[in-house]
Amino acid sequence: MSNWLDTFWAIYSNLVLTIGINALLALSIWLTLSCGLLAMANAAFMGLGAYTASLLTMDAGAPFPVAVLAGVALPTVVALIVGLPTLRLSGVYLAMATLGFGEVVRIALLNADSLTGGALGLSGIPQLTQWWHVVLAILVVLLVLRQLRRSRIGRALEAIKEDQVAASLMGVDVMAHKMLAFALGAAIAGLAGALSAHLSSYIGPGEFGFDRGVDILTMTIFGGIGGLTGPVLGAAVITVLPELLRSFRDYRTMINGAILVLVVLFLPKGLWDPARMRSWFGRRPSYAPTIVADSPSAPEPR
Amino acid sequence: MLALDKVSKRFGGLLVLEDVSFAVPKGCVFGLIGPNGAGKTTVFNLVTGLIAPTGGAITFGGVSLIGKKPHRITRLGIARTFQNIRVFKEMTLRENVVVGMHTHLDYGVPQWLFSLPGYRGAERRAAERAEELLSWVGLGGRASDVADNLSYGGQRRLELARALATEPSMLLLDEPVAGMNSGEKDELMAVIGRIVSRGYTVFLIEHDMGFVMGLCERIAVINFGRVIAEGPPEAIRSDPAVIEAYLGREE
Repeated sequence: MSNWLDTFWAIYSNLVLTIGINALLALSIWLTLSCGLLAMANAAFMGLGAYTASLLTMDAGAPFPVAVLAGVALPTVVALIVGLPTLRLSGVYLAMATLGFGEVVRIALLNADSLTGGALGLSGIPQLTQWWHVVLAILVVLLVLRQLRRSRIGRALEAIKEDQVAASLMGVDVMAHKMLAFALGAAIAGLAGALSAHLSSYIGPGEFGFDRGVDILTMTIFGGIGGLTGPVLGAAVITVLPELLRSFRDYRTMINGAILVLVVLFLPKGLWDPARMRSWFGRRPSYAPTIVADSPSAPEPR
Repeated sequence: MLALDKVSKRFGGLLVLEDVSFAVPKGCVFGLIGPNGAGKTTVFNLVTGLIAPTGGAITFGGVSLIGKKPHRITRLGIARTFQNIRVFKEMTLRENVVVGMHTHLDYGVPQWLFSLPGYRGAERRAAERAEELLSWVGLGGRASDVADNLSYGGQRRLELARALATEPSMLLLDEPVAGMNSGEKDELMAVIGRIVSRGYTVFLIEHDMGFVMGLCERIAVINFGRVIAEGPPEAIRSDPAVIEAYLGREE
């Protein structure tokens, strides 16, 4: 049995850990979507985290935890700066502004030859990421997001998603909450970037552009934006699919686009939708998040 | 309590409000009436900070409201309901009302991150208060229903409960009985009457004359952006300018 496990791990460890990294990315964009922000900047934040952490371990000889921390901190700070003007926008305009920002980052990484290696990227990054780093990261992020959802902040984010004018008139500081979601999403994306860079030992500017952004969005929307299970499930499926279907790999972006359209048309809440599953299996649907105080032993619906 | 002094609002070339001045005394039920398009909801939007006046002053308890963001104005004690209902459709009734309590749930990050007793206690008290407010408006026992499933009248009452949750001193009600039949109107009138007796100041916009005359202690009438009359219901009822605005003048 353990022999089979060893063989499996020898072949598929990279795939499994990539699923983990993608799960982090999907969760990061889930957070911004949870307050109604279609922010397409998380691929850029991942890139910033990846480059920051890699340069610290390679050039400054920094210990891994410090590098990862910096890989989380830098995108967060950038998000706070960029968020202030852009988060006043909504809907498509926000998506455009964040995509623009993503392009700025990609081009900056491409042209800062001396620092980032330009088009050639950084290679020879020490492979410091252990499997348990990824698992720990996912568990911590899931815990924080789960607790966040149940707090007044999570409730405020959902209210903002539903109707931000009404939310602000109920005393919710809409801008502050949007900034929080945006910056925390950037932090998670940066974490994913830092871990990913030390997994694959090579990063290049082309990996953190529009294609990656659409990839992350597809995973989350396909998996389901209702709760935390959806993004993780979506990440697993969308990561594994190219491995199963050779042709998928060649037409990845096109197929991502098709998946997005189909999901929006037929499964608007994504694959993992507890309400729809409950109605299929006959139980009375109740698809609102419960407050802790609803009942002490009520199972979390999502 | 609330005072508007020579308030005007211009949208580009369109002068929507001009020289509007009146005061809502504490504990009063104050009505704002006028034909459609007269500028009534604009007054509400100015008071709650959604838009800024072009001129004039708005004070609440002596504090100026101009330039303050909506959530700050709510924290000063003003809550409102909306002409076109804006409940959070996919949340339960309880959740809707608890959103109104947002400012008053003052637990910090460690509290909710580790589900500490302070957080759990605050959430439990919030849920209890929500159920209490829902029963005030006649929605008791339905706290776990989803807001989208409520009837029109139910959603209006939910908005009222949610506004009460912000613990305001003054409620702004924008056409609270629009679209209701007379039975529902009487019920809501009784609910608002009970709320007033608890000490809230109520400032409302309405078209239903019976409702307004029956509930309000003072009424201001607005037409084409100007206040044309202000006073107790009897005075308003017989004011020639008001009658002309609503019924027209004999040629």
